[in-house]
Amino acid sequence: MEAISSAGNKSGNPGRWVALGLLAAIDLTLLYGVTIMYANGETAFALLVLLIITTGTWVFISHKGYSYRYVYPALLGVSVFIVFPLLYTVNVAFTNYSSSNLLPLERVKAIHRAQTYKTPGESYSFKVWQQGENYQLLFISNRDTDKHLLSTPFGELTEPTEVTARLSSALPDGKELAFRDTIKIRHILKLITIVLPDGGSLSMASLREFGPQARIYDEGPNDTLIDSRNGGILTPDMTTGYYVDNSGEQIGPGFTVFNGWNNFIRVIADPGIQGPFLQIFTWTLTFSALSVLFTLIIGLLMACLVQWEPLGGNGVYRLLLILPYAVPAFISILIFRGLFNQNFGEINMLLNMLFGIQPEWFSNGFLAKTMVLIVNTWLGYPYMMILCIGLLKSIPDDLYEASAIDGATPIQNLFKITLPLIIKPLIPLLIASFAFNFNNLVLIALLTDGAPNIIGATTPAGATDLLVSYTFRIAFGQYGQDYGLASAIASFIFLMVGVIAWINLKATRRFTG
Amino acid sequence: MIVQPRNLKYRVWVTRVFMILFLCLIMFPFLMIISVSFRSGNFATGDLIPSNPSLEHWYLAFGIPWENADGSVTPPPFPVLLWLWNSIKVSFVSTVLILLLSTTGAYAFARLRFKFKEHMLTAMMILQMFPAVLALVAIYSLFDKLGNYIPWLGLDSLGSVTVAYLGGLALHIWLIKGYFETIDQSLEEAAAIDGATPWQAFRYVLLPLSVPILAVVFILAFITSIAEYPVASVLLQSMDNLTLAVGSRQYLNPQNYLWGDFAAAAVLSGLPISIIFLLCQRWIVGGLTAGGVKG
Repeated sequence: MEAISSAGNKSGNPGRWVALGLLAAIDLTLLYGVTIMYANGETAFALLVLLIITTGTWVFISHKGYSYRYVYPALLGVSVFIVFPLLYTVNVAFTNYSSSNLLPLERVKAIHRAQTYKTPGESYSFKVWQQGENYQLLFISNRDTDKHLLSTPFGELTEPTEVTARLSSALPDGKELAFRDTIKIRHILKLITIVLPDGGSLSMASLREFGPQARIYDEGPNDTLIDSRNGGILTPDMTTGYYVDNSGEQIGPGFTVFNGWNNFIRVIADPGIQGPFLQIFTWTLTFSALSVLFTLIIGLLMACLVQWEPLGGNGVYRLLLILPYAVPAFISILIFRGLFNQNFGEINMLLNMLFGIQPEWFSNGFLAKTMVLIVNTWLGYPYMMILCIGLLKSIPDDLYEASAIDGATPIQNLFKITLPLIIKPLIPLLIASFAFNFNNLVLIALLTDGAPNIIGATTPAGATDLLVSYTFRIAFGQYGQDYGLASAIASFIFLMVGVIAWINLKATRRFTG
Repeated sequence: MIVQPRNLKYRVWVTRVFMILFLCLIMFPFLMIISVSFRSGNFATGDLIPSNPSLEHWYLAFGIPWENADGSVTPPPFPVLLWLWNSIKVSFVSTVLILLLSTTGAYAFARLRFKFKEHMLTAMMILQMFPAVLALVAIYSLFDKLGNYIPWLGLDSLGSVTVAYLGGLALHIWLIKGYFETIDQSLEEAAAIDGATPWQAFRYVLLPLSVPILAVVFILAFITSIAEYPVASVLLQSMDNLTLAVGSRQYLNPQNYLWGDFAAAAVLSGLPISIIFLLCQRWIVGGLTAGGVKG
């Protein structure tokens, strides 16, 4: 290998200078991005990109980093899309980030600062004149109809802007906009503050009028806001994430703050969360264990049968048996969702015809769990079968010959020869399969969406929810999104998955190493 | 020659009957969905072979409006073909990127020597176990913020989903690394003595020998991306940007239960993927067992 790495150090060819130039260009662009991110207060993201730039540059310039050039892009993918989200999730778990506390403090302050109220004074009706990309406003005083005010031209706006207006007797150039076209540009008009020649200011009061308006809140020291109408003071409460007025009332929208262990304490102590959490946790373990067990039993049985030569046509059987694995899971799961439908699903029709029963697959907790297990076994046995076929091939035939001479039954063969020989390499795979089912969001999200609901839960929780689908619904469900709580639960799951992963690694080392 | 028990014939027949019954059970959902796709109406019940077959759902699945018997016209409920095309685009690009990154990564892990190699491998193995689903809040806000600087990587863009799928490459690194280790290293050493750089040894000696595993990884990654639901469901929002996995969900809303239309769309979109899988199953099975058992 020494020969290889010294050969890689040959430099001085023009290609190297091109590569260096390209690297410098990429670095400069990214550094520009970092500056913008830092200026916008995204410190975590700025640091992340900075880290990527420095390590990346080192790897591609330094001779010591040569070997890392091959792994760097892959490591980058893993760290940006797995490690960083993991850390960020744990970080979010300590905040009150949710649909009611979505924005950072600065943005919430800006929203409050933008609020206005009508002050006494003269209102003006207005007309919009368009000239190319630019607009001009013509104000007609409601009291003195001879007096025209004309604004300076402005174009497409994205931020609040002050526009001056002066007295004028001439009409502006261009064409007058019809009322319905004026409505179309109201998002621009809302951003405008008109500064009058006498120093007063106007802002849009209705679709037809600009009137004198004043901002409700002035900025005070330490992020406080002062109500200009009555002198009341709003102070930001850094523990709840809301502005609070003198009487202690919270004024929305809320902002995101760190709230320590609150979310974790809620999971452990709030009976409306803790109860469902434990119930879901138990079901997740049961579901994963039973899924592994059922798929293993059927998979191993089918693998043995397919390998059994006297049966004949084994290739055809194998192909057909693999079908559930070949069809994308999202399609099969949705097919089952339809087939199990209580009123017009084909399964209930069949059951009704044969036994006269119509089970409520989606509204009875026990039946829903049974259905989930049936579907998951159907989906999962081909994978186990494939693995078992691979493992069975490694067992030498003469073992079975010897047992046949001794007159052993197939059952004895299975428990005395086959199982002991394949269980060792199978254990790490079974643990991996357990972990996969532990996190099987797709099955639950598409099949039952957690139904039926657990009664008395304060967050959306269902009898068939797994920990992941429960977390998913808290974070992205339809009823109020609580990212902080979801992240706290996710952090709990990280710990559990970490333990499973660690056990799996030990098992792999022990049984195959 | 294995010693055969006397009642072999009887046992074979019992097994055959059992297998056929089991296969009926397995095939039932597929036969049903094909049957449903040819029945008229969305709540129609009937026999396995429809008594008055109709192509209504198939027209709609292909995006062609269907004229009912009473003269009214049903427009296609969802752009299935567009969703399929979105899925193919996303999966193809992300698979190519995954293949590029994981092949070079696996090469370094299999052949080159550097610090922390073992630790990196172990760490990647463990990290792969953490589902992306749990970090969705982070992934969501990562792309939300990225979108402010790079629009085509923002929320509701196919670019963001494509890039997000790159997180799943650790497993493929393991598979490819396992295969590289079965190839004799002396071939590349011979090339190095002849003056080849590590890159040349990799590109001209190792890669051509590894085509089978690369094909397996390509198919596996492609199928995984096409069937991915959670990340796509969170990142994509507008109807025209959905992938097939997210879009198909729209058919079976409790308020709007389009069972028949779903059936045709499911057969239409599931068939190509299933056929690819079945054609390649021999290699996929080989790759899975080889990589899996090695761990």
